[in-house]
Amino acid sequence: MVLSARKKRSSSGGFLNNDNVVGYVFALPFILSLLLLTLIPMSLSLYYSFTDYSIGSKPLWSGINNFFELSRDATFGNSILVTIQYVVIGVPLKLVFALFIAMLLTKPTRAQGFYRAVYYIPSLIGGSVAVALVWKQLFGSQGPIVSIIQGLGAKNFNFFGSTSWAFLPLVLCNAWQFGSSMLIFASGLKQIPRDYYEASEIDGANVVKRFFSITLPCLSPIILFNLIMQLISGFMTFTQAQVITDGGPNYATNYIALNIFKEGFGYQHMAYACAQSWVMLLLMAAITGLIFKTSSHWTYYEN
Amino acid sequence: MRDKRLLRTSVYHVFVILFGLLMIYPVIWMILSSFKLKSEILGSDAPLFPTTWVWQNYPDGWKGSGSVSFATFFKNSAIVSVLGTLGTVFSSAMVSYALARINFKGRKFWFTAMIMTMLLPGQVLMIPQYIIWNRLGAVGTFIPLVLPKFLGWPFFIYMMMQFIRGLPKELDEAAMIDGCNKYSIFSRIVLPLLGPSIITTIVISFYWIWDDYMGPLLYLSKPKLYTVSLAIKGFADAQGTNFGPMFAMSSLSLIPVFLLFLFFNRYLMDGVTAGSVKG
Repeated sequence: MVLSARKKRSSSGGFLNNDNVVGYVFALPFILSLLLLTLIPMSLSLYYSFTDYSIGSKPLWSGINNFFELSRDATFGNSILVTIQYVVIGVPLKLVFALFIAMLLTKPTRAQGFYRAVYYIPSLIGGSVAVALVWKQLFGSQGPIVSIIQGLGAKNFNFFGSTSWAFLPLVLCNAWQFGSSMLIFASGLKQIPRDYYEASEIDGANVVKRFFSITLPCLSPIILFNLIMQLISGFMTFTQAQVITDGGPNYATNYIALNIFKEGFGYQHMAYACAQSWVMLLLMAAITGLIFKTSSHWTYYEN
Repeated sequence: MRDKRLLRTSVYHVFVILFGLLMIYPVIWMILSSFKLKSEILGSDAPLFPTTWVWQNYPDGWKGSGSVSFATFFKNSAIVSVLGTLGTVFSSAMVSYALARINFKGRKFWFTAMIMTMLLPGQVLMIPQYIIWNRLGAVGTFIPLVLPKFLGWPFFIYMMMQFIRGLPKELDEAAMIDGCNKYSIFSRIVLPLLGPSIITTIVISFYWIWDDYMGPLLYLSKPKLYTVSLAIKGFADAQGTNFGPMFAMSSLSLIPVFLLFLFFNRYLMDGVTAGSVKG
């Protein structure tokens, strides 16, 4: 059958039906986007970061001046620190939460589909401006959550007035959108062979032991996948910070994407913002690379 | 024994339902607030339910802040989201077919490039992309928001690839014998079978585009062209502490996404999980 198919193809062949041509015809959109939307902008940005370019002006070569400035820029340094704080606290929280809910909803009941849909709702809308505005009031100084905390005794507590607590509502808003990680964990849980659990039950392992010796190792490739995806989106958090706190108070939530945005469009320092983007990209690449490198020690593949 | 199991099942359901309510509490709070008097929304003694239901918040909000009403903003969002979603589905399906099924020179290279792009955060490119669109004179139009979607979206390409890989190759071969070429295999065999994966793409890309804030913030400057997400932010800033109309518009802005989710929920759950992890 394979043979006859091949014969048919070569006989009805012609230029357009050649696999190489067909492949490039169908892949064309991506090739264009890679060139026009990724590679050219990236090279442009790299070039600009060595100039003093701003919209409307001619780029003048300034060597490593921008990067030298960056190394002394306290606002930029701070924005990297608070971004790392956001990621280091937020991403594990989100993943633990997603795994917990995924395990909670593996129990095969008739309502399972309904439950999953309800628990997915936050992810559906969580990235929107509408929810960011809700968050701003929900966690605001007059909002119900602060009221509860004040009722518990912390009289003057206020998330967005405090440099040490302002990040928490943002982290929670991100963790709240656990849905896609949850679904991916859920499909991973379904693929763990049942007899692993049965065997360990016979050996007398309890729930906690089973979780650490079966569930976690079997899920480790999926944990890696979710970790990388969440890390990247966490590093580049923008909408919530812009709408809810606008970086404040006193730069406590001035995350890197927000800082780049302000630098480029607020102060019109395009070149300087490009340099920041590149520093951030290299930092993220280094962290992602490090995680991939170490992942062979903590991920477990069956085959 | 049986009673004990019944008890455990009930405890499970009660816990899942209560926790679920906690999870959607912010949404409930927003919707209820959109029907409240200003004085009942915030403050330590604010009731959860409005004591009098204020429907007026909706028409008040719908008028918008300047001369442009939310009818325009919804229309703009609809144009951008529908066009963007269409573009995403078609271009991503095409690319995924090439990468998953056609043996062409350089396939490995383009696949690697696609994965790299998927991992590349878009925010890194916001300044240079803006500079390019600005030079092309497209800033202030929908073009920078819509056109890129017609060039494939790596996340969805990857998802559809996983799905196409799961389709038996014999189908292609049988179609070949019946006289199909690689183009008609795509349109007659692969595209129809991609169904669940396409629905997932429609739902997710629609709500990503609908919710997108940074794109409109960068590229749209005239209120006449604002999408809902951008308009709500401006509206909230203009209204100050008059939260009722703002929450009314926020609630409305979520409805299209909700409806789409409601219709396609079943496929969505399957599509995401079938696509994302394997391989």
